[in-house]
Amino acid sequence: MAKYLAKRIFYLLLTLFIVITVTFFMMKLLPGTPLTNQAKLSPQEQHLILKQYGLTKPVWQQYLLYVVGIFHGNFGTSFQFSDQPVSYLISSRIGPSLLLGAQAMIIGVLPGILFGALGAINKNTWIDSGTTIISILGISIPSFVLAVLLQYYVGLKLGWFPIADWGGFSYTVLPTLALAASPFADTARFIRTEMVDVLNSDYIELATAKGMSKWGVIYHHALRNSLIPVVTIIGPLAVNIMTGSMVIENIFSVPGIGEQFVKSILTNDYPTIMAVTIVYSVMLMVVLLLTDIVYGIIDPRIRLTGNSN
Amino acid sequence: MMESNENILEVENLKINFKTYAGTVKAIRDVSFNLKKGETLAIVGESGSGKTVTTRSIMGLLANNAVVEGGTVMFHDQDVLKMTEKQLQDLRGAKIAQIFQDPMTSLDPTMRIGRQIAEPLMVHKGMSKAKAMAQALDMMKLVGITNAENRINDYPHQFSGGMRQRIVIAIALINYPEILIADEPTTALDVTIQAQILDLMRELQNKISTSIIFITHDLGVVAGMADRVAVMYAGKIVEYGTVDEIFYNPKHPYTWGLLSSMPTLETNGDELPSIPGTPPDLLDPPTGDAFAPRNSYALKIDTEKEPPFFKVSDTHYAATWLLHPDAPKVTPPVQIVARQKQFAEMQKKLAAEKLSHPVEEEEERQ
Repeated sequence: MAKYLAKRIFYLLLTLFIVITVTFFMMKLLPGTPLTNQAKLSPQEQHLILKQYGLTKPVWQQYLLYVVGIFHGNFGTSFQFSDQPVSYLISSRIGPSLLLGAQAMIIGVLPGILFGALGAINKNTWIDSGTTIISILGISIPSFVLAVLLQYYVGLKLGWFPIADWGGFSYTVLPTLALAASPFADTARFIRTEMVDVLNSDYIELATAKGMSKWGVIYHHALRNSLIPVVTIIGPLAVNIMTGSMVIENIFSVPGIGEQFVKSILTNDYPTIMAVTIVYSVMLMVVLLLTDIVYGIIDPRIRLTGNSN
Repeated sequence: MMESNENILEVENLKINFKTYAGTVKAIRDVSFNLKKGETLAIVGESGSGKTVTTRSIMGLLANNAVVEGGTVMFHDQDVLKMTEKQLQDLRGAKIAQIFQDPMTSLDPTMRIGRQIAEPLMVHKGMSKAKAMAQALDMMKLVGITNAENRINDYPHQFSGGMRQRIVIAIALINYPEILIADEPTTALDVTIQAQILDLMRELQNKISTSIIFITHDLGVVAGMADRVAVMYAGKIVEYGTVDEIFYNPKHPYTWGLLSSMPTLETNGDELPSIPGTPPDLLDPPTGDAFAPRNSYALKIDTEKEPPFFKVSDTHYAATWLLHPDAPKVTPPVQIVARQKQFAEMQKKLAAEKLSHPVEEEEERQ
């Protein structure tokens, strides 16, 4: 297990390095400079500022300097907010994003499992059709449309929750719901398909032949086996949440990392773009690693530390 | 073996249809048989002849689109077909248990096998997990799983096919059921493993005195296993009798076909005969004898009227017009004639030696 983990972490770091390199050069291909909108400054002044930030050097030198900086834990300072270290910018903003993401995963995935299972157990009945329609809606409606609908009806008309901004728990409700739709719908669809297969399998028939009740069979035998493949889509779902949150955070004015990311791309804030990319990549790769470990726990056939065989 | 004349299961005039998109499939068309305490009844037939559906109905495990058109399945004094779901749950795995065809897929891949074996005890006897596991361990030893103490917490994928079938047998027998339904239990296994599993089943039958319904398409397996044989074709039983009567004095042309297509020690190099054609479409079963179109011995009446059962002996009946007193005398295939000759000699010898058990005789010869 330790050996496996070490290997995985090595590859994780290698991947991260490649991501950093690719992003760095792609970012340099973006049109304009951080000073594009600063027409008031004279060219000499602009040149001075660019020089101060080291942006007049050849790109490969900038790249090397950046990589060396990272190894010293220096992610640079933001161009937008004068003299604010990027590391501070991110650490102060990652909280709301993680909170929203975690809430959305929980209220998306768990009911999704329940919905999908209900559909499969009551296959070809109105319950199945109902859950299927709801989950197809969840897949087809983009999160930003849902976000606006929630703001208008639940926020403005009903006035149950704040429309935007960030305060206590009530401020998280609408963005969480908007974010949760996609993981909810994906999980429900996936579980339904999987569980229909499992319920038709021989071992379910054998469990029934043991004299177990319908719900006993589902709880003890069908559920766990249907969950195995779902674990594999948790990774992609997490990506959905991350990318979704960029838009959602903007719509709901959540001071999160996604909102920051969009702003920094619009202003060519290179150090922030790089830092957010690194944070996203690390989050994604850690989720994937955790997925693989959880997969091994749920499915004994691919367990990493086999004691026999 | 410990046979008695008490019937523990009586299936009468069972008719089961399946509703499908293409129409109604008449899967079981008037099947009757009984099972005595301690005996092994083999149900033999091609795929799709209705063997499996028949046994599913005994456990109340029919698919949702199955409709029982008529008949009764009496287990002791109760009709299984009329039981509530709760009554069926009390029956399954306690009084009637089943072994399935493919041990590679019939165990839950994510549950430790000890727990899987213990589960019927926990369900039916309300036993604590620890107590049930202790009994499961004994059962694992009984079915011949070596090093059972260390393997009780293993998962199914850590066992070979033969070992997995032993585990499935342990699950089926843990509550000492009165009836064990074995649905092609050796079909998915290697030939050498097949023999081991059959030996194990015979041994356990003696130990826990259960009745077995043994479903197979392999007559070779039947010979060493069964006391009585019922031959099924197109949703009906066409012939039934003791194992000797079916093997050495078959009367139905379908049984002739099955036996002729089975290799024996005498088969040498000749091409093995097969039954021409395919079973009829049960969406629309033919009038008369369903086997007639494939039967080179078919009479005209076979295409018009379904043959009733004709009595051959007290234990042997066959549904073929060839047994009607007015039917022309036909000579069965050579293989069958040879078998009948053997049977006649055997009967003579038996009469002379007054041997009480023809089954032992049969095993010796093999």
